Amino acid sequence: MMGRYVARRLLLMIPVLLGVSILAFYVSQLLPGDPARAAAGRLATPEQLEAVRERLGLDQPVPVQYGLYIGRLLQGDLGTSLSSKQEVAQELRIFFPATLELLLATMVLTVVLGITIGVRAATSRGGWVDRAFLGFSYLGVGMPVFFLALLLQLVFAGWLRILPIAGRLSLETVPPPALTGLYTFDALFAGQWATLMDAGRHLVLPALTLSIAGISEIGRITRSAMLNALDQDYVRTARAKGLSERAVWLRHALPNAMLPTTTVIGLQVAFLLGGTVLIENIFSWGGLGTYAWKGIFRLDIPVIMGITLVSTTAYLFVNLGVDLLYTKLDPRIRYE
Amino acid sequence: MSKTFQFWSPSLLLGLAIVGLFAAMAIFPGLFSSQDPAGLRLEHRLSAPSAANWFGTNGVGVDVYSRVVYGARTTLATIVIVLGIAILVGVSIGSVSGYLGGWIDGLLMRVADVFLAFPPLILALATNAVLGRGLQQTMFAVAFLWWPAYARLVRSQILAVRKLEFVESARAIGANEFRIVGRHVLPNVLDPVIVRASLDAGFVALTAASLSFLGLGAQPPTPEWGRMVAEGQKFLLDQWWVATFPGIALFVLVIGFNLIGESLSGRMQSGLHVGIAEETEGR
Repeated sequence: MMGRYVARRLLLMIPVLLGVSILAFYVSQLLPGDPARAAAGRLATPEQLEAVRERLGLDQPVPVQYGLYIGRLLQGDLGTSLSSKQEVAQELRIFFPATLELLLATMVLTVVLGITIGVRAATSRGGWVDRAFLGFSYLGVGMPVFFLALLLQLVFAGWLRILPIAGRLSLETVPPPALTGLYTFDALFAGQWATLMDAGRHLVLPALTLSIAGISEIGRITRSAMLNALDQDYVRTARAKGLSERAVWLRHALPNAMLPTTTVIGLQVAFLLGGTVLIENIFSWGGLGTYAWKGIFRLDIPVIMGITLVSTTAYLFVNLGVDLLYTKLDPRIRYE
Repeated sequence: MSKTFQFWSPSLLLGLAIVGLFAAMAIFPGLFSSQDPAGLRLEHRLSAPSAANWFGTNGVGVDVYSRVVYGARTTLATIVIVLGIAILVGVSIGSVSGYLGGWIDGLLMRVADVFLAFPPLILALATNAVLGRGLQQTMFAVAFLWWPAYARLVRSQILAVRKLEFVESARAIGANEFRIVGRHVLPNVLDPVIVRASLDAGFVALTAASLSFLGLGAQPPTPEWGRMVAEGQKFLLDQWWVATFPGIALFVLVIGFNLIGESLSGRMQSGLHVGIAEETEGR
């Protein structure tokens, strides 16, 4: 039954991905400028330009071009970047891990701190932790990320000089041997502790910037879900049978409070997938966001398509993952 | 949900006061600042906050305070236009979808899925690349991304309201479908839309300012807070005021909207309506 549900959801992704790819392809066609010119370079003669146009299939009608693109895509070929002449899949393998590393660090911070603070606030309702957190959460949700990024750079890199201002590694650090492309993991596997520290230090400011809003939201939703759970009969029963408060909170109330929290975590991941361009820009991160930015301004249609499809697919899987998690968290939820 | 909510709660009043203040700045900027928000005075560039220039001056000697005041208009206009378009499109599509059902519903919701799943910044970047850089293009891009949320909200509300007794009784006494929608269904659907809009307003402001920060929104000399923070970025270490004051203005406005939105949604959830949270599950 579950298998059929998953199969149905996977099938439903196909029309969405098709729609997104058509939309992205159409929008790419509207970009001003000539992709053949961008690919051939400014000095190309009209004959060379024509040859490039023909080789790339740009002389074909748009629906035919789209059909050809989808045909190649189904064989696992994302095409070749018009500007760098590298395979898009190859380039994504370089840029995607950078973004993934940042997102993972952000999500770990968000989830761990958000849930911990939310539980603390709920269990000390009305106390100073609770009130301080509620105040913080208002500020956290309202804070413009780009402004927060600048303030953190100013304080930690400018005044205190304890953290690097931007980049993924210091200039003098050699990247660890590429295995996953995530510098912290690769350094860990290679046993390069200095590199691991350096990569970790570079992660702190961007990950902190990206997680503040999420910590506020997840903390708040955890808090209210915990308060709701602590009001229930089963909590009274658990207390009555003599469990410690800690056990009541963590074994009985928290698991029941996780359902709404999971929804918000899922929304956060989806939001972050689209929201890293800004932070990558400020912290010179060199991930998918940077790649997308360059791709658009170089009219690099295969790059734009590749990024759009990769991030949409990730978004759809995150949504599916959250829905499946529900059934684990609340066995009463069944999908037909 | 036995808790009774006081409508005029302190947080609602504070939120209204904040938004009201910025609205007054947007409508009558002259009352708040006598200085020209575009008056270059290079000899006064980058001077620190003082009695003459409360928030200091920027890199070309323009008074930062007056630019912050005039920037309120840009941001509030963006919010109104983006949410206006998103609500208009979303409510129309959501009503059609929820009311007609069947394959039309299926098709419209798949289209909404496509827009929800589309990477927002790629769309914003592309809109700017296609239509040229500017505030209107950015508003258009943001509205483009926002309507599906309203379409789904309205659809789920309509599905819920249609089955309620008062709609059944209206139908039983012979009211025609148009009358039922206009008099009975829509008014019940619009409350959650208003609440949702008040929760979204701050987020729209942040999104638009982020795009402007990246250079994709308002172009100088239009005063826009996100753009002003970007301009102040290079002076941050020594002339902190250039970026900080517009950033704080945006921050305070967003908090104002959030206070209003949360007071309204708290009130609504305590009432009879279908919870707004139920809308997130739509597939």
